Formats: sequence, structure tokens, C-alpha cells
Amino acid sequence: MFETLTQRLTSAFGSLRGQRELTAENIEDGLRAVRTALLEADVEFKLARDFTDRVKERALGQEVVAGVDPSQQFVHAVHQELVEMMGPEGATLSFAKKGPTVVLLAGLQGAGKTTTCAKLARHLRDKMGRKPLMVAADIKRPAAVEQLRVLGRQLDIPVFHLEGRSAPEVCAAAVAHAREQGLDTVLLDTAGRLHVDEEMMAEVAEIAGRTSPDDTLLVCDAMTGQDAVRSAQAFHERLELTGVVLTKMDGDARGGAAVSLKAITGCPILFTGVGEKLGDLDVFHPERMAGRILGMGDVVGLVEEAHEKISEKEAEQAYQKMVLGSFTLEDMLAQIRMIRKLGPMKKVLGMMPGMGGMLDKVDVDDRQMNRLEALFTSMTPKERLHPEMLDMSRRRRIARGAGQDVSAVGDLLKSYKGMKKMMKQMNKLGLGAKLGAKAKRAALSDMSADGEVAAAGGGGLFGSLGGLFGGGGGAPAGAPGGMEGLEGMLGGPGAARPMGSSATRKSSNKRKDKKKRKKSRRGRRK
Amino acid sequence: MGLFDRLKARLGKTRAALSDGISALFRGGRPMDAALLGELEELLYNADLGLVATEVVEELARKHKRGELKGEEDVRAALREGLLERLPSGGGEFTPEAKPTVLLIVGVNGSGKTTSIAKLANRFREAGSKVLVGACDTFRAAAADQLEIWAGRSGVDIVRRQEGADPAAVAFEAVEAAASGGHDVVLLDTAGRLHTQKNLMEELKKIQRVVGRKIEGAPHEVWLVLDGTNGQNAIQQARLFTAAVEVTGLVITKLDGTARGGALFGIERELGLPVRYLGTGESQELIEPFAAEAFVDAILSAG
Ligand SMILES: Nc1nc2c(ncn2[C@@H]2O[C@H](COP(=O)(O)OP(=O)(O)OP(=O)(O)O)[C@@H](O)[C@H]2O)c(=O)[nH]1
Ligand SMILES: Nc1nc2c(ncn2[C@@H]2O[C@H](COP(=O)(O)OP(=O)(O)OP(=O)(O)O)[C@@H](O)[C@H]2O)c(=O)[nH]1
Ligand SMILES: [Mg+2]
Ligand SMILES: [Mg+2]
Repeated sequence: MFETLTQRLTSAFGSLRGQRELTAENIEDGLRAVRTALLEADVEFKLARDFTDRVKERALGQEVVAGVDPSQQFVHAVHQELVEMMGPEGATLSFAKKGPTVVLLAGLQGAGKTTTCAKLARHLRDKMGRKPLMVAADIKRPAAVEQLRVLGRQLDIPVFHLEGRSAPEVCAAAVAHAREQGLDTVLLDTAGRLHVDEEMMAEVAEIAGRTSPDDTLLVCDAMTGQDAVRSAQAFHERLELTGVVLTKMDGDARGGAAVSLKAITGCPILFTGVGEKLGDLDVFHPERMAGRILGMGDVVGLVEEAHEKISEKEAEQAYQKMVLGSFTLEDMLAQIRMIRKLGPMKKVLGMMPGMGGMLDKVDVDDRQMNRLEALFTSMTPKERLHPEMLDMSRRRRIARGAGQDVSAVGDLLKSYKGMKKMMKQMNKLGLGAKLGAKAKRAALSDMSADGEVAAAGGGGLFGSLGGLFGGGGGAPAGAPGGMEGLEGMLGGPGAARPMGSSATRKSSNKRKDKKKRKKSRRGRRK
Repeated sequence: MGLFDRLKARLGKTRAALSDGISALFRGGRPMDAALLGELEELLYNADLGLVATEVVEELARKHKRGELKGEEDVRAALREGLLERLPSGGGEFTPEAKPTVLLIVGVNGSGKTTSIAKLANRFREAGSKVLVGACDTFRAAAADQLEIWAGRSGVDIVRRQEGADPAAVAFEAVEAAASGGHDVVLLDTAGRLHTQKNLMEELKKIQRVVGRKIEGAPHEVWLVLDGTNGQNAIQQARLFTAAVEVTGLVITKLDGTARGGALFGIERELGLPVRYLGTGESQELIEPFAAEAFVDAILSAG
């Protein structure tokens, strides 16, 4: 059975833990694991080899920093190297100074071009105030035009097509049409094509020739294997790509293609597709991606989601309750509901540090969360406010009401107690009193990643998750070593620090531009 | 043109890269050594064989140590043998027996389900079956339109409902229509879904249940359509789809490009699912029944 990249690296770092310093010998296991992980993640063979060579150099070249575990140092080196390979941060679309901006989308069959076209149009209109026109230039696949039209209707964005004309003609006419109509961005949805199909590659080159795109994007499926390299190369030679969109990132594809694509084309990855809905488009952040690959989680992303979906007031109230006031089951329920607003649990947890490796083990799906909520709702409000009154007979009644075993109630109470204890601990350290709402908000958005995170604004959110997994932010039995990151995040001050924390800090400091915050939607399909 | 030649022609790019790669390794009378084996491993990796590449090459290295590999010809033969051992036996052309035979077609987004159904419907019809397709993808924009156009092209019947309809209800209606309409084969097209989406996997199970309620033993087959350009993630797909709906066969698509479909080897090692068909293009006739020997030969044969 394959391990995820996160799991592999976690075990590789495990073998480094406790060593005093990095040497050419003790680093070998780690490097081998990194290489295997990269290959399993579909990173190109040569790239994977070069990558480990550079990591080795970087890790050995570093001085041993006092108090820093060499394994952390190694993680840091891997992380930095990955970030550099996938960077730069903050690449965006280019827009024409005059006249309509033309964005050409090309790629292999089924990669997600049409869907991405609609997602981009929505993004450009809603986030950047542009007036997009979508162009149905796939005259080959059955119902391809109709597909884009349906999406256009859903978004209320115009779709251009000319029946019976060649794709280059359609595209050229579309640009003229946009100019006439005062539409400032033209998105060309082209047919899927194989990079070895000479005729079709000539067609897309002609489209580019006749429309002079400002942005030529390769749409690539994140599940693509070694072929990503070959096809990207061919598209790049033919079209001079300016960027890449990596789709279907909502699955468990390990995203090795991201590393390869960047290295092969030199073009930045601009966006990732994270679902089938038209809001499921994220701006690509190499730091996050590397963090995710390394099991450091997508902290920044999680925080941004929290910002958008949970009001400041809600967060503040929850925080006050948890840190300053008496924390009841009622509050715990409120917190669970708050977290659930962020999206499906698996996704939320996947974004958390150290959780990468755990997702397979802790099977938290949304049904499980529903079961948990069912327990809460079969309690009386009084019981939720006074958990101490939950004796065995009440517990049995609650379990019956929720259609579950009585032990489930016990587990819930254990989590509750763990959370409460953790809150007390934080309180003792005076963190709650020290931080005003503003400071907390700052801490939330600027994750300083050395443990304060959980204690500051994050306490309410992340803390409760920790609680759900066995109290006090502790790791469930059998959790891999990467859990330390989670404990660091969840356990507040005094707990272990997240791995590679300095890397995370750097990234977040850089990200001052809050306007660029991605919007999250991540709704589930009904 | 025989099957072997057709496959060879359609998998042309595949053959060229691997086979020519092997020839290149031995160019200039280069002797067999560890470095050469390392490069061979890389070639196999590039074909998406993943860990199987390492396995096969380790085996070759052992043979080499025993002095069994003298040159290119020996290596090719040993490689062929090693790869063949790792491919599923069985599979290939499917002959429907029950009437109607219900095939549920599943897979991740964009893998080629609808197109493969178009090809299969055409193929079964040409073989004399009365075919009906059910448009159970009620989610993706214009998915049913796409299937309807294909059905029209090959002259098979279709059951479709409006967008947003319950896929299981459409499946039920399709099977019902086939039972009363005297159809021999029902192909159910489903919406693309990532194997990690539990709720959508439940939706598939529901389709399965509902269909089974109408016709005992249905769906008779559940085929997973895998995109041949996918890498190691394909193994994960096979694993999770099988866990949810007991996949009984595979269809591998998009092998007409430079992708090797090498993940197939890893899937065989883990799950041993028979491969039924290979998709080798976008039009209706570009489908081939799988045959292990022909597949490996098409990959390895020189020239
Ligand atoms: N889960 C998920 N599915 C996606 C994503 N992007 C696209 N899809 C799905 O992938 C499938 C193919 O998407 P399309 O947009 O039709 O792909 P395309 O590249 O236009 O396909 P062709 O035009 O046939 O080459 C559809 O089922 C989409 O809903 C994504 O980010 N996540
Ligand atoms: N080159 C090539 N393209 C293929 C093959 N099979 C399918 N395609 C193309 O791949 C794209 C996606 O195929 P679909 O049949 O729509 O895939 P799907 O799995 O039904 O997609 P969703 O329903 O959106 O999940 C289309 O552009 C097809 O023409 C194949 O064997 N070779
Ligand atoms: Mg399309
Ligand atoms: Mg389809």
C-alpha cells in the first residue's frame, strides 16, 4: 500500500529524530524516503534525483542551530527546496494595457479546461471586477459548446460561439465581439488535445496566432503521472505557456505534477482547481503546497477560510468563552458548528499541520460529525450548560436518542474535558487577558507558528478540533510522528513546536496583502 | 490488420519511447552493468510503472548476476517476461450473457467514461446486441447531452432525465426500460467523482442497490474507467472504487498519446482486476479488447 508523501516523510523524519546533527550518513534514510515519496507522488525521475541532491547539500551545509532538532533542520531544508522549485509566490494573470485581455486555456482531454474557464470567469468578475466573455472553441467533443453555455447561464456570464466555423475563426471573432461589447477579458476554452496530435496542435497554435493571448495557460490534471512532463513540454514548445492551472487537487493526488510542471515549463502555477463547483478555484501558494506535502498543513489557508466563513464576533465570543469563561458543552457544540462552516471535515483537517499523515487513520468524515452533533442535540439545553449532571442514566438516554452506543457519550465527554483543561492552562498563562480582539485577529492571520497560534485567536477553532481527537490536543494512539505539529498547534504554549516553523513564519510575514485572500466556497454537492 | 498490429499502431508513441529507449541503452555495444540497469529503471518509471519498475529491474539484476543476460535481446526477453507476469490474465473482450446485462461505468472526473460508453455501445451493437445507455450523470453540465449525441451516432437507445435528477432513479428507469424493451445490454454512465468523496461513493452504492432491486444480479459488471495518463494515483482510485462498489473490470483510456498506462502494473499487483478494454482515441471505433501479450509486445517490440 502506498503511503502518502506526508506519511513517508514523516517516517523518514522519525528516523532522524533524536540525532544530534545531520551527517552524510544519517541523512541517507531521509533522502531515500524523500526520493521514494517524490517518485510515488509522480515527480519526474530526474527531478526527484536532483532534488534530493540539492536537499542534501542544503541540509549538510547548514550550521547546527542550538536547540533545533536536526530532523527539523532537515525538514526545513526539504521545505525550502520544494518551495523554491514551485515558486514564485503571488504570480498572477497579466492583463492587456489596451483592449480586451485574452486568456487561452489548453491541455489534454478531460483535464478540466471548460470547468476552469468558468471558474476563472467567475473569479475575474467577482474578485477583480472584470467583464469576462467565455468562448466555446471546442468544436470537436460532443456537447462541449453546450457544456460551456450551461455554465455561462449558471454564472450569468456571456458565452460566444459561431456555429459551423473553425476554432481559430471562432476565437478571432470572439475577440472582436468582446471589443464591440465592451467586455474586457476573453477566455478561450479550447478542445482537449494530445500533444502528439500534429493537426490539433497546429490548430491551437493558430488560435494563439490569431488572438495573441496575454495569458496562455496549460490546464493539467493533478493526477497526471510522468506524462505531465512530456505533454507540458510539448505544449510549451508550441504555445509559449505563461502559466499553469492544476486541477482536481481536491482528491488525494499528491501533486507531484506541480513540482514537475514548474520545473519543465518555468511557468508559475497560478491556480488550483479544488472541486467541481464553479467557486472551487484557489490561488496557488507554493508555501502552502510545500507545507501540505511536508505535513505542515495549510495553516494559512485554514485561517483565511476561517476569516471568511466565521464572523469576527462569533470567533471572539467563542474565544472569550473558551479562555475566559466557563466552557460548557453548549460552547463546544457552537465551536463544532463553526468549524463545520469551513467545509467538509476532511478538507479542514487536511489543512491542519501534521494532519496529513493522519487522515487515513482518523476517519473523520462528515457523517461522523453528524453523529457527534446528534449526541449534542439529544441533550437538553440544561445538560449542555451543566455537563456535570450527565450521570449514567442521562447518558444512556442521550445515546438512545442519537441512536448510538453509550460509550459515544463517554468519548464526547472525554474530549470536552480535555478541551476544558487545555483552556484552563492557557488561561493560567494569561494569554486570554493579554490579547485583545485585534491582536488575536492579527495572530490568526499571521500565524507565528511557534505555538502561540493555538493560544491566540486559533485556540477556539483549532483547540476544539484537538479536543475532538482525544482531549487536550493530544494525538490519538498510533498517530505518526508528524502529530507533533498538530500538538504544537493545538496544545498551546509549552507543547512541541510545529516542524519547520520558521519556514511557515517567513511565508506568512510575506503575505501582507489581505486583499489577495482567496475566497472559499468548497460547498459540497447537494 | 490484426489485433497486435492495431495495438502497435495506436500505442505507437508508447512503443517508440520505451522500445527505442531500450535500444538506445545498448547503443555502441555498451555492456550490461548497474548503471545501465539504473537507466532501464528510469525508462520504466517514465512509463508510470512506479515501484513495479524497481521490482522488475531488481529481478533483471539478479538474472544478470547469474550470467543469464548477455545483451539487448536477453534483456528484452527478460523484461517481456517480467512485465507479462505482472499483468492480469483474463479480461479482454466481454460477452454479455444475462439479458439484459447491466454494466455500471464509474471513474474519476474526466477519465473518459462517457466516451468509453459510446465506444462500448457501438461495439456491442455491432456484435448484434440491442443496447441502451442510461445517463446517470445528472450533475455535470451537458453530460446527458454528450451521451445523447453519442447514442444517436451509434443508433442505440438512451434514457435521460433533467439535470439534477436522482442518478439512482435514472438508473432504475434505464434498467426498467431495458427489461421491457428487450435490450441485451445496458450501459450506465455515471458522473465523474473522486474516489475520496465518500458521499459520492455512497451515491454509487445506491445506484447499485436500486438496479439490483429491479434485476437480480445487476449490475452484472462494474467497470472502472482509468485515465491512462494518470500516474500512481490510479492505484488509489482502483483501490477505493473497488472498496465502494466492487469493481469487476477496468477500461484504460487515452493510450494514444505518450502515456504508458504503466500504473496498470501496480493495480494488478494490488487488486488483480481484469482489464477489459483500452481506449485509443476520441472516436467511437477507437477501442481495443485488452490482451496482455499484445499489450506488452506493443510496448516492447523494436522498430
Ligand atoms: N473534483 C474536481 N473535478 C474537476 C475539477 N476541475 C474539473 N473537474 C471535473 O473534471 C471533468 C472534466 O472537466 P472539463 O472541464 O469538462 O474538462 P475539459 O478539459 O474541458 O475536457 P475536454 O474538453 O473533454 O478535453 C468534469 O467532470 C469536471 O467537473 C476539480 O478541480 N476538481
Ligand atoms: N485521446 C483520447 N481521448 C479520449 C479517450 N477517451 C476519452 N477521451 C477524451 O477525454 C475527454 C473526457 O472524456 P469523457 O468521456 O467526457 O470523460 P468522462 O469520464 O465521462 O468525464 P466526466 O463525466 O466529466 O467525469 C473527452 O475530450 C474525450 O474525447 C481516448 O481513449 N483517447
Ligand atoms: Mg472542455
Ligand atoms: Mg461523462
